[in-house]
Amino acid sequence: MTDDEAGSPAAAPVPAPHAGGEAGSPASSTDGRAGASARTDGASPLPGQGEAGASAAEWVKSERQVRREAELRARSRRSATVATASTVLAAVVLVVAVTASPGWPRVQETFLNPGAFAEALPDVLRGFLLNIKIFLIAEVLILILGLLVALVRGLRSPVFFPLRALAVLYTDVFRGVPVILLVYLVGFGVPALQLQGAPSDPVTLGIIALVLSYGSYVAEVFRSGIESVHPSQRAAARSLALTHGQTMRHVVLPQAVRRVVPPLLNDFASLQKDSALVAVLGPLESLRQAQIHAASSFNYTPYLTSALLFIALTVPMARFTDHLAARTARRRTGGGTI
Amino acid sequence: MSLLTIDGVWKQYHDHSVLRGIDLEVAPHEVVCLIGASGSGKSTLLRCVNLLETIDDGAIFLDDAEITDVRADPDEVRKRIGMVFQSYNLFPHMTVLDNITLAPRRVHGVRPREAEEQARELLDRFGLSDKAGEYPDRLSGGQQQRVAVIRAVATQPRLLLLDEVTSALDPALVTEVLGVIRELKDAGMTMILATHEMGFARDIADTVCFLDGGVLLERGSPEQIFTAPEHPRTREFLQRILEARRM
Repeated sequence: MTDDEAGSPAAAPVPAPHAGGEAGSPASSTDGRAGASARTDGASPLPGQGEAGASAAEWVKSERQVRREAELRARSRRSATVATASTVLAAVVLVVAVTASPGWPRVQETFLNPGAFAEALPDVLRGFLLNIKIFLIAEVLILILGLLVALVRGLRSPVFFPLRALAVLYTDVFRGVPVILLVYLVGFGVPALQLQGAPSDPVTLGIIALVLSYGSYVAEVFRSGIESVHPSQRAAARSLALTHGQTMRHVVLPQAVRRVVPPLLNDFASLQKDSALVAVLGPLESLRQAQIHAASSFNYTPYLTSALLFIALTVPMARFTDHLAARTARRRTGGGTI
Repeated sequence: MSLLTIDGVWKQYHDHSVLRGIDLEVAPHEVVCLIGASGSGKSTLLRCVNLLETIDDGAIFLDDAEITDVRADPDEVRKRIGMVFQSYNLFPHMTVLDNITLAPRRVHGVRPREAEEQARELLDRFGLSDKAGEYPDRLSGGQQQRVAVIRAVATQPRLLLLDEVTSALDPALVTEVLGVIRELKDAGMTMILATHEMGFARDIADTVCFLDGGVLLERGSPEQIFTAPEHPRTREFLQRILEARRM
């Protein structure tokens, strides 16, 4: 944090001979260093400032800086106190409001029953492994399908018009159909065709439905990533005589994919939850197991068990997405605070 | 015999004419500087030569073959033309070395080993040998632009187009880029530069062309254009530049 104050006139901890010249620009510290070294190569400017740089090695914090840091520490203590107090207050209010509600004893009995929880856990957990399998397979297929559709939509040659039209039609249709409807349509419609070799296994059918639905979203994510790469990058690549395909492969896609990782992970968190929709086709995944237990005991706690398992998976993923987004932001701003 | 011939080129954006019948011949090893106000068509002309823009009339010939022929393969044409942009346009996800060797390896079929050797030689020649493994965002503007020039000449093009390559640079960093261009001239590179650096144009150009509103109003030796411009518009333009310099 104190590094941000480096530009203060009292003392410059970074021995940059031209701190004044560089400080105004929002450039990162590396740019500053490069600029400084480039200038020292040339005719040595302003010897007085050079001496200031040398004395910066034995920097003693000025009184002004000491006071500033004390003020900042006091301020952060104050905000921590306020945050703690308001969190505790909100939690107390919430707990009191919920437990004081007239139906609370019944809810506690039917949704928060430790016995029912323990009894359902093994089966629900086993079912959850099937959920994991479903979305792992679906994720890979979705990435491939989404990327292909995005690339097809980027083709300009008139020869590819039918393909391009098909890609547009695909995204329009499958983004519009609710996932659960699609699971029903694929799950019961495809076997009804009685085609030779068509899959009839509910898990496979469920995966197909999820891939079709999410593929259309992911295709749009990829497409926006591709379009976010500045046209000057394309111009530079084409001016080097790279073909459209080479430009995509070596210049545009590597940059585009890096940019869309956070939104892709967001879509995948959503996919993890929607893997439970396959339950309507009957395979014994997490939600279905919970239903079975709930139906036999008239206790809804198994649903909570299933929900907790889903949360246990999506929360780490959400934190990972945040981490990636923060890293990208840090790179863009070059380490600044704003 | 000229290396590049631009013959009556027109370029239209919507209903606005950006280039209005440009004629220009560039001899081998010649350095042509395009000067003129922003919007006079300098950049557009360079982009047309590199086929990044399609022209609306006229023709452009490189080595006596028409490159604006609709049956010509633009990628084949661009293999012989290098281009440097105002905003460097280095590929941010690649190291300096990968930026330079991309086209030799992928387009010209040079073996990776050989491409890397050539790239290192060029980096060495232009004082950037310690930057080979760096990513572009770790370099200063001047260093980035020098890398961009090296990237453009690494494929040994017949012709190099430089589009206001110092306009985005800190004044202190301009000289290092101009030094590279001067060295390329000494090595015999044929170049067309769009530039606002009048002193440099005067110093390096064999021919200076003044563009105004998409028309090539006046051309001649730097001496003639800068000391005795014939056209009143040229005089006015140079006068304005001089005044700006004095302020």
